[in-house]
Amino acid sequence: MGTAQETVARRTIRLLIVDDSNIVRRRIERSQQFDELEVVGTAANGLEALELARRTDPDLVTMDLTMPQMDGIECITQLVRFKPEIRILVISALADKATAVEAMERGANGFLNKPFTDRQLNDAIAELMY
Amino acid sequence: MLREEELKTFVDGTTRYFEVAAQQPATIGSPYLLEGEPAMQDYTGMINISGKREGVVYFTAPRAMLTVLLMKMQESDFSHESMRDLVGEVANTISGNARRDFGHDFVISVPSVFAGEKPQIAQPSGARAFVIPIHWRSHSAKLVVSLT
Repeated sequence: MGTAQETVARRTIRLLIVDDSNIVRRRIERSQQFDELEVVGTAANGLEALELARRTDPDLVTMDLTMPQMDGIECITQLVRFKPEIRILVISALADKATAVEAMERGANGFLNKPFTDRQLNDAIAELMY
Repeated sequence: MLREEELKTFVDGTTRYFEVAAQQPATIGSPYLLEGEPAMQDYTGMINISGKREGVVYFTAPRAMLTVLLMKMQESDFSHESMRDLVGEVANTISGNARRDFGHDFVISVPSVFAGEKPQIAQPSGARAFVIPIHWRSHSAKLVVSLT
C-alpha cells in the first residue's frame, strides 16, 4: 500500500557553471531542463570557480577549458583534490581527443564539445547525474 | 604555410557553428587570399595560435549580424559587452574545433576582442592570410586565417 512516506524525495543537484563567456554561462543556465538542478553559482575562470566551489558545495560543475587566470584543466585537478565525489562535465571548443583524455585523467566525468544543442547538453548532464 | 586543403577545417567549423548555435546554416563563400589591410567590421574576435603552427584566426562581423545571432540564441542582452563576448566566443569555438584536425599542439589563446579600434595583428612573416566569407541571413562576416 502506498503512503507518502514511501515517496522518495528527489535530491536537489547543485550546479556550478564555469565559462569565461557570459553568453555561454547564460545559455547553460537556460538550457538545463531538470527540475532537480539548482544553479548555485557561475564563474568566469578557474580561480573564481575554486572559490565559489568552497562556498557553494556544488554536486556538478560544467567546466570550460580555455579561460584566463586559471584554465579548466588546472581547476579540475584542484576541484577533485578538494571534493573527490564532485561530477565535472567539460564543455569546451577544444575538439582533439588528447584534450578530452587529459581532462578525464585529471578527474572530469564527461566531455561535450562546443557548439552544442540544448538536447546534447541535457543528455550529457543526464548521463552524469542519473 | 596554411595549405588550401587545410582551409576546409575552418570552413566546416564555421558552418557547424552557425548550424548549431544559431540553428540556421550560413552560406560560406569561396575563400580568397587577403591582399593589403584586412577589412575589419564593427566587432572582431581574435585568437593567437602557437605550438606546432603559429598565426592568428579572427572573426569580424557587423553589429547588426551579431544582434540577430544573439536573438537566435535567445539572448536578451544586446549590449556592447555581449557583442564583444560573442565575437570572442565564435573565434574561440571555430579555432578550438580546428584541433580535431590539427591536433593537441595547435595551441589557442583566450580571445582578444576589438571594437572600433584597429587591431594589432601579429601575422607571422611569410604566412598567407585567407579570408572565408560568411553570409548569414542578410548579413556578411569574415573569418580570416593566417598560419605558418
